[in-house]
Amino acid sequence: MYLYIVAGLALFVSLIFSREKTLRAVKIAARRFMMILPAFLTMIILVSIILFLIPDKVISNYLGADNKFTGVAIASFFGSITLLPGFIAFPLAGILLDKGVAYMVLAAFTTTLMMVGILTAPVEKAYFGIRVTVIRNVMSLFIALVVTVVIGLAFGEIF
Amino acid sequence: MKRNDIIKIAGISGYVLFLIVSLLLGFGPGEKIAHNSASFSAEMLKLLPGAFILIGLFEVWVKRETIERHFGEESGARGYLWAILLSGTTLGGLYVGFPVAYSLYSKGAKLSVIFTYIGAVAICRVPMTIFEASFLGVKFTAIRLLVSIPLVIVTSMLLGDYLTRRNYRIIAGK
Repeated sequence: MYLYIVAGLALFVSLIFSREKTLRAVKIAARRFMMILPAFLTMIILVSIILFLIPDKVISNYLGADNKFTGVAIASFFGSITLLPGFIAFPLAGILLDKGVAYMVLAAFTTTLMMVGILTAPVEKAYFGIRVTVIRNVMSLFIALVVTVVIGLAFGEIF
Repeated sequence: MKRNDIIKIAGISGYVLFLIVSLLLGFGPGEKIAHNSASFSAEMLKLLPGAFILIGLFEVWVKRETIERHFGEESGARGYLWAILLSGTTLGGLYVGFPVAYSLYSKGAKLSVIFTYIGAVAICRVPMTIFEASFLGVKFTAIRLLVSIPLVIVTSMLLGDYLTRRNYRIIAGK
């Protein structure tokens, strides 16, 4: 909600300074939005289907795998292919932690969830092209794995 | 290009039709997908119009020189710092970060800085970070940030250099 307040205030201030420029800003906003709308629609469709196929219950069942390393692999997979808002993802991680799931599994899950976006790829591709999208996501997966290892070491889960 | 558009329009119409039929006939999986779709769309409607208005105002009011100085070739380490601070205030996630990054780039920000911004949007948004720390602990969050931020900067520099060498230009809408 505050985004609307900020945007509204900014529009108002802009209007005081220049009517003409404000009108141009709104036009740019509308044009940019329409340009990217198909990519956003594609993303919404993908998200709605993936969340149906893989509900959070399924994720929490799989992350509790007995072997930590299997758990990390499964967690990275789910984290990469899904898109959960923070207000669902972190409470879920909190519940799993209480159930005894390792920190490194949760690190793999939350970090790939944040950084690797298969579902946001349509939007990313529309702006930056397929090559950048692939490279950035692969690098993000690598970063997530480094984070996972360091978390594992810091919480004494590896040695 | 034309053929792709037709496929896209057909796909989207087919999807919408499927949802409508499912809702009318009470087909469970279809209803579930419709529900997911509605709640995710609502989530994005909370952010996108405001974000795009701010982007429009940014395009009109902020001078190119200002962005070049703070985010461009001569910005040095400051560019990365600004990118990370700016990301902290970004709401939503990657899908809001991409259009903002594109705007910064079109105003003269350098590639490695905008990729740092995108990476940082994923991992350093302030509300999300606070939320994470409250569920997984401050130690967890601190380690995650300390490890991932330097890696995001380094990989962004590598990606930026690589693309600059290949004379890469961003052309949105392709």
